[in-house]
Amino acid sequence: METVNIEVNGRSYSNEVEPRLLLVHYLRDTLGLTGTHVGCDTSSCGACTVLLDGISVKSCTVFAAQAGGHAVTTIEGIGNSGALHPMQEAFWAKHGLQCGFCTPGMIVSCIDLLRRNPDPSDAEIRAGIEGNLCRCTGYENIVRAVRAAAAAMKADEPRRSVAELLPVGAS
Amino acid sequence: MSTIPSMIGSPIRRREDPRLITGRATYVDDVKMVGTVYAAFVRSPYGHAKVRSVDVSAAKERPGVVAAYAAADLIAAGLNVSIPVAADLPGLKKPAHPPLAIDEVRFVGEPVAVVVANTPYAARDAVEAVAVEYDQLEAAIDLEKAAAGPPYVHEDLGTNVAFVMPVKTGDPEAAFAEADVVVKERIVNQRLIPCPMEPRSMLAHWDTGAAHLTLWTSTQIPHLLRTNLALLLGLGEIKVRVIAPEVGGGFGAKLNLYGEEIVVSWLSTQLGRPVKYIETRSENFAAMTHGRDQIQYIEVGAKKDGTITGLRMKIFANLGAYHQLLTPGIPTFTPLMSPGCYKLTGFDCEVTGVFTNTMATDAYRGAGRPEATFMIERAIDLVALELGLDPVDVRRKNFIGSGEFPFTTITGLTYDSGNYAASLDKALELVDYKGLRAKQEELRKQGRYLGIGFSTYVEVCGMGPSAAMPAPGWDSAQVRVEPTGSVTVMTGISPHGQGEETTFAQIVSAELGVPIDSVSVIHGDTDKVQYGVGTFGSRGTAVGGAALKLAIDSIQAKAVKIAAHQWEANPDDVEYKDGKITVKGDPSKSMTTAEVGFTAFRGVGLPPGLEPGLDATRRFEPPNFVYPFGAHVCVVEVDADTGEAKIVRYIAVDDCGRVINPLIVDGQIHGGLAQGIAQALYEEAVYDENGQLVSGTFMDYAMPRAHQLLAFETDRTTTPSPVNPLGVKGVGEAGTIGSTPAVVNAVMDALAPFGVKNIDMPLRPEKLWKAMHANSNGKVNE
Repeated sequence: METVNIEVNGRSYSNEVEPRLLLVHYLRDTLGLTGTHVGCDTSSCGACTVLLDGISVKSCTVFAAQAGGHAVTTIEGIGNSGALHPMQEAFWAKHGLQCGFCTPGMIVSCIDLLRRNPDPSDAEIRAGIEGNLCRCTGYENIVRAVRAAAAAMKADEPRRSVAELLPVGAS
Repeated sequence: MSTIPSMIGSPIRRREDPRLITGRATYVDDVKMVGTVYAAFVRSPYGHAKVRSVDVSAAKERPGVVAAYAAADLIAAGLNVSIPVAADLPGLKKPAHPPLAIDEVRFVGEPVAVVVANTPYAARDAVEAVAVEYDQLEAAIDLEKAAAGPPYVHEDLGTNVAFVMPVKTGDPEAAFAEADVVVKERIVNQRLIPCPMEPRSMLAHWDTGAAHLTLWTSTQIPHLLRTNLALLLGLGEIKVRVIAPEVGGGFGAKLNLYGEEIVVSWLSTQLGRPVKYIETRSENFAAMTHGRDQIQYIEVGAKKDGTITGLRMKIFANLGAYHQLLTPGIPTFTPLMSPGCYKLTGFDCEVTGVFTNTMATDAYRGAGRPEATFMIERAIDLVALELGLDPVDVRRKNFIGSGEFPFTTITGLTYDSGNYAASLDKALELVDYKGLRAKQEELRKQGRYLGIGFSTYVEVCGMGPSAAMPAPGWDSAQVRVEPTGSVTVMTGISPHGQGEETTFAQIVSAELGVPIDSVSVIHGDTDKVQYGVGTFGSRGTAVGGAALKLAIDSIQAKAVKIAAHQWEANPDDVEYKDGKITVKGDPSKSMTTAEVGFTAFRGVGLPPGLEPGLDATRRFEPPNFVYPFGAHVCVVEVDADTGEAKIVRYIAVDDCGRVINPLIVDGQIHGGLAQGIAQALYEEAVYDENGQLVSGTFMDYAMPRAHQLLAFETDRTTTPSPVNPLGVKGVGEAGTIGSTPAVVNAVMDALAPFGVKNIDMPLRPEKLWKAMHANSNGKVNE
């Protein structure tokens, strides 16, 4: 066992972990942050994507110990029902999800995509999320969501809450 | 009854999304219980082998290991069961299918032992310590060879043929006698792997105090699973609760009862602790049901003018090594839907179900119907090619006319409603067909190969009339108007991405005039929800939604009685209008559902003899299936240098009857198109000759990524169904069923200058390149 000190979603944690413990299992099982999912065992699907010091990584391919001394942001830290990240709001508005299992990783990847390229073309969006698999949407509405989020982020629109958005209903 | 029009047909944001986009949803693996232990399965590395011995003793000695069992241990402890198959056919062979293999393994990934440990990591380690001695046997892998003779998957059966089903209707002899041409082809519908993003996941909790089992499992059919599980475990049904919490996709592969679910549940009863099992993706590839896998020999008779006269088919359907819940039933849909949206006078088909040393096939998005649609839509193009006709004209020539519904097909189905020409017209207009053909001609001169492919499909869904189903076909809804005017809906369907928490709330809001945010739709828990059949076969709204409409009708009828009593009016003069109860012709008299609901709750001021409360439970037994249809056009360009087929445009005009939420309907179409296109171009489950699954990871199985797909152009026509009170059809599978042949027809059209008629899917660049560079002897010019 070894001690890791990790900052997750702005809070500092210190835990004893097995050296082989994967970051995704640390997040899910040690910290109880179950928004990050495990969809494969070959780093292919991207359901486990989180930000490590602001850059997207597949947390099934990082040992918890490796993340020691770094800052991790999971979907829970991206935004919450009181203040949705524009990407979360865009996924909702554009119906960019169905079963929702790939969604947290997909949203995190898309945020990192816009960090690298704030105004991507559709082709750049599609290339930018090729590390994340989705079986439900055919990606079409995900691309639309990223476009919408890019516009919202460019306009620096304030974060809105679920409560503000719900009664409006229509997208 | 009138409705609030704005709610029906509105692109309302999904009510289920806030929890999903913020990472606060609860999938099975997110359910945490104190004292949980973790199961891991030891699986066969061989496609076919005798199991000489299974020794779990070393595994038991590993740190953290709680228990380990081989099949013999399960049987000794009283669990001697076979995984059930619900579909039945005359003469069907049903070999035993134990949850852990006893003395023989018949596919790679078949479980042979299970270990339980305090952590998932320790359980995985302990799997390595289980010693299994195998004697490898020759495997039956090739479908047609397996149908013809040994080796046998089940030696005691003396054959690999599980059933032969003939379907002969009309007058095929006469139909072929009047044909000017007979087109023959061997059509392969390759095996696919469903790949929901959430693998199979389960958590069983045996409450020793209450002697009660709760199983959280990632399933499409919680109630059917509960009934079967109770029977298998010898527990009263009331002692079993099944919960399908958030379910990360199913696509038919979670319409099942898996051996792992039986074993994990049983383990919890034995150990008195919660037992969790989350399969790895590799296990999911190998041991969750696969889909498709048919070889079809077809003969199509046609007159010179393009009139299709008859169809002969010999279908070999690969069942895999064992039956799962619906395995033998799936290919029986194929002949039924083979006539598609065309009129024939003769049909002669034989389906042979064949065991092989592979994972069982079962329902996968479309389930037996994509195989029919792909065949007939390819056949139409082959006839057009043979006769030198435009494939659009051949389709039109043979369409069932819009005035001919309800139409009984040659295979005995009654199509409810349709207007096939209208959807085709719309698609042709959207794609500018004439202009596209001219462009194709021009590009060919430049050595560029554009192809235009069509698919005019019809499919059968809204499963279905109980008499025509291997399980009940009805579904249920309970609607409760709560004292404060909120409305609770308990639905028997079990959505896992289809969005009925939203669409059903829209229906309630429209019909009862309550704000959509005051409606809660509950599903997927057998202790909360009355018996329901589940979500599959595009039945959620067509059957579950119809049951909801019936329950709303009952509520409205009661509310009208209460309001009439309050107003001392004749109930015949009282009606629901725009979500309010009013007296006909007197707008000054008006009550809301909430007001009547409170009166009903309070129990004062009710008509004599009327029970208090405003709720209703209803079931909808579908009098028929529903038959969505549509016209898809795919435009591809095949690169002569690389052989890569790139889809340039994809136009889908679909008709799923009345639309409740266009945002969700389009989403279903998008996802369906992606899976259908993926079959045409990318995906293929491959076993080697020993039964090793070669395509067993996302690195080897080509499930498409975003850059491999394109922006779909969707549109619709609306032909309501007369089968249910909502006028809806299904939409979950339509996109998948319609799209595969459109893509392949487009690629074949692109390759027409090379004399290419047929290439088996998936249309990988290497196959297309070879076809484009073959000389007249069929040899490839390097």
